[in-house]
Amino acid sequence: MSDNKLYERYQRQMLLKEIGEAGQQKLLQSKVLVVGAGGLGCPALQYLAAAGVGTIGIVDDDVVALTNLHRQILFTTADIGLSKAERAAAVLEKLNTDIKINPYNFRITNQNALELIEQYDIIVDGTDNFSSRYLLNDACVLLNKPLVYAAISRFEGQVAILNCTAEDGKAVNYRDLFPVPPADNEVMNCAVAGVLGVLPGIIGSMQANETIKLITGIGQPLINRLLTYNALTNQSYELLLPPSEPTASFIPKDKTAFKNFDYDWACSSEKSSFEIDANLFDSLLSNNNVTILDVREFGEQPIVTEFSHVHIPLSELNGKKLALDGDILITFCQSGGRSLQAAKLLSDRFGNSKLIYSLRGGIAKWKAQAAKSNNTMEKD
Amino acid sequence: MQINIIIFGQIADITGTNNLTVENVADTTQLVERLNATYPALRNAKYAIAVDKKIIKENTSLSHNNTIALLPPFSGG
Repeated sequence: MSDNKLYERYQRQMLLKEIGEAGQQKLLQSKVLVVGAGGLGCPALQYLAAAGVGTIGIVDDDVVALTNLHRQILFTTADIGLSKAERAAAVLEKLNTDIKINPYNFRITNQNALELIEQYDIIVDGTDNFSSRYLLNDACVLLNKPLVYAAISRFEGQVAILNCTAEDGKAVNYRDLFPVPPADNEVMNCAVAGVLGVLPGIIGSMQANETIKLITGIGQPLINRLLTYNALTNQSYELLLPPSEPTASFIPKDKTAFKNFDYDWACSSEKSSFEIDANLFDSLLSNNNVTILDVREFGEQPIVTEFSHVHIPLSELNGKKLALDGDILITFCQSGGRSLQAAKLLSDRFGNSKLIYSLRGGIAKWKAQAAKSNNTMEKD
Repeated sequence: MQINIIIFGQIADITGTNNLTVENVADTTQLVERLNATYPALRNAKYAIAVDKKIIKENTSLSHNNTIALLPPFSGG
């Protein structure tokens, strides 16, 4: 296409001195991956494609349902039962013939996320579940990609740019706000809680706006700030997100650890959100902010000498006045049962003032794993 | 000493309101204890706490007219 025709399409936004020809070129050369072509993804995709973002990826394994249509505005009644990624791509290709659209008709997982995200400059989170949100956050941290986050509930939305280094050199990620996922039954999604159709329209458009600001380098993007918007009151509220050192240890340390991390488990309501595995436990051992509690009765074997800890049996935990340092408490027992009870007790006691975890599988499993990785003959 | 509290998302179902005021709490730990005593279901709710629009992770002392925000995670999209 000739430059004249190309520029005619974008003429009204190129008139803005903040965008101009240089800004438009940046947009055309940028690659944005939108994960989730739902309530947030549809409006975000529509504006990004219209603005001339040169390459747009769309990840979604879902098909269009009738209950989607009040808010997922790229789809029509005739699309019911068809792939969202492919239908969205077809609509956007007609909207803007200059750009490249890559539909990915599969679910983002810890097996495919890194390879996919690596190909893009900016990731837009339009997912609808915590498992995908934490997975996406961790992948973006590992690959150093900015994540334009948003989430909605009923009449309220949240938007933020995460994992993007601000002028002060700080980059905040989702785990700095909520270190570990809630269990599925703790927070209702749109299917359960309901959502006003226009709300994701507003919030998804804000995601497109923030993405365009990031690409073109204009304005004050929501880097390390979270904006909340209430559609009933029209009130918005902005929160400053400071990075939090202890929470960094919850992110898998490398690509291999990421691929081995069970994100569905971490968000499953059947298991407890208090539990951590031996790998995470090990990575937290070196953290000065952690206090470890042995909640077994006195005299139980094996004796633990590998790391410093406090010994308070579960039977004495209740009602005892506790002076525990550290923002993170980790309980352990023989096999993980009593320590889970202890973690719940401590959580009731300390509320949100501390992060509280129980070592899954107990000290028996931890010792077995440590022995295995030390490649010794020692057995429990 | 009055502390203003703004409650976001579904935890407002527990408090029955988006706005509360609390008197005489010295710090955020005391505030959480006070809220838990008044609304026991809050004990099991997950939320981040902001003092005057800044998310905090550690116990933070409060002064007159501080505004606290309780922000739960949202999953919808």
